[in-house]
Amino acid sequence: MPPVIEVRDLHKRYGDKVAVEDVSFTVQEGEVFGILGPNGAGKTTTVECVEGLRRQDRGEIKVLGLDPRHDRAELTRLLGVQLQAGLLPDRLQVAEALELYGSFYPRPADWRELMHGLGLADKAKTRYAKLSGGQKQRLSIALALVGSPRVAILDELTTGLDPQARRDTWELIEGVRARGVTIVLVTHFMEEAERLCDRLALIDAGRVVTVDTPAGLTERARVGQRIQFRPSRPLDDRLLTALPDVSAVTRRGELVIVDGSDNALNAVTTVLARNQIVAERLRVEQASLEDAFVQLTGKRLESGPR
Amino acid sequence: MSALRTDALPVTAERGSATWRLIKAESTLCVRDKVAPLWGIGFPLILLIVLGSISDLREPVEPGGVLTYFDLYVPVLILFNLAILATASLPTTLAGYRENGVLRRMRTTPVGPARVLTAQLVANFAIAVVAMVLFLAVARLGFGVDLPKHLPGFALAWLLAAAALLAIGLLITALAPGRGPATAIGTVLFFPMMFFAGLWVPISQMPPLLRNIAHYTPLGAGMGAFQDAYLGDFPSALPLLTLAGYAAGCSIIAVRWFRWE
Repeated sequence: MPPVIEVRDLHKRYGDKVAVEDVSFTVQEGEVFGILGPNGAGKTTTVECVEGLRRQDRGEIKVLGLDPRHDRAELTRLLGVQLQAGLLPDRLQVAEALELYGSFYPRPADWRELMHGLGLADKAKTRYAKLSGGQKQRLSIALALVGSPRVAILDELTTGLDPQARRDTWELIEGVRARGVTIVLVTHFMEEAERLCDRLALIDAGRVVTVDTPAGLTERARVGQRIQFRPSRPLDDRLLTALPDVSAVTRRGELVIVDGSDNALNAVTTVLARNQIVAERLRVEQASLEDAFVQLTGKRLESGPR
Repeated sequence: MSALRTDALPVTAERGSATWRLIKAESTLCVRDKVAPLWGIGFPLILLIVLGSISDLREPVEPGGVLTYFDLYVPVLILFNLAILATASLPTTLAGYRENGVLRRMRTTPVGPARVLTAQLVANFAIAVVAMVLFLAVARLGFGVDLPKHLPGFALAWLLAAAALLAIGLLITALAPGRGPATAIGTVLFFPMMFFAGLWVPISQMPPLLRNIAHYTPLGAGMGAFQDAYLGDFPSALPLLTLAGYAAGCSIIAVRWFRWE
């Protein structure tokens, strides 16, 4: 099956500033594809070229076989877009906006169902300007879906949402995916990428660092385990640092924190048992996508949405 | 949440066309915005009623002339309405749409931002028609001011004036970098334009220099054409051509300079 989105050697500059140096990736039908990277990495510019809002300086883009530069009219019918800063007139009410936007498409979704599904039903008569940040965000997601698109591009989906609203939104996206809509998710929020994406393109400084599944990424970054516990008796750090699987031992108050490879836990518990020390409040953390990102790019992402 | 469906539903029949829905939505927004109904209709209407109640204004402007001061205020207030729409309502709304990304959001839909612009123009035009008919009716029924004697000539002059003013509104939108500057430019333009329409001093009583300038301003030209129609003549060529020139010139520059984002 040909890919739904194909981006090859994309390059875009604004004056002297190169926003996208060289980006290539493909998105398959029905998957949730994440574009992950720090602010200013070129994520939004990339998807704006895919949406046809900007014209690339070099490179090829195909969406459902269409060229966003030349087939805009056709593309807009098949592509649902949520913009990072895409607003509505202040005095337009929620229900009016959904009904109006639905009327733009040849085969729209039922906007009333969307409104209920996104928890906006009690805001049907509320003006856009009076909505909270989270409600505006949910409305813009609804508008991206109201045309029954085959592909939806969602930029910074849950930025500005509280944790509960964020989880609700993720659930919604899983529901959308279950209906076969291909989704491109732009995010700098790790937990979101880990939870939703089938595959991820890691973008940094206008280039694709790597494309992989979330699990593949963490594996590839070779970041191991972090073990944390409170020893029941005083413990000599050297017992642990001597282990080949352990790379570092640090202390935070009465807690001992051990970093090491995937086998570190076995080695540490064996040593502790041999010395009759019980590891109280034992916690083991697997490497997160965030660690993988740091490993692969040498940079930190922000840990949460702005 | 997961029970949500986005399957296509047979709702096409009740949808109506997107353009029509946009026009309805933009008209509703114009009314909610209050600038057009309050300053474009309410304020000049109150002015009309107040001025109509002043007996001094029922004297002819020129000794032995047909038109009284109050007669002249009816077309002036019709132009007042057009000027408010063109300098306050239209550019502020459209520049705001551009600033807030409304037009950009429209670019991602099959409808596109040009139709939002069209819908705004139609909405403002509709408000202008309502105002014009209302002012003529109130002046006729409330104060016995005769309708323009040459109605087709008046209608043509009004259409050209509306086109010229809306084109000026578009030009302000195109040149202003944002909503704030659009409002500022509109306000600065409003007062001299209204002066030359004769809001404070009838054009015929202006010094010759100002009178000559007035003939070439959009509202002065509009006033000239309206007066001809009131007196029963088809408006003369100069004001009509002046209005058509503003309409065409401002539209062309506006289209060339217009930015969607």
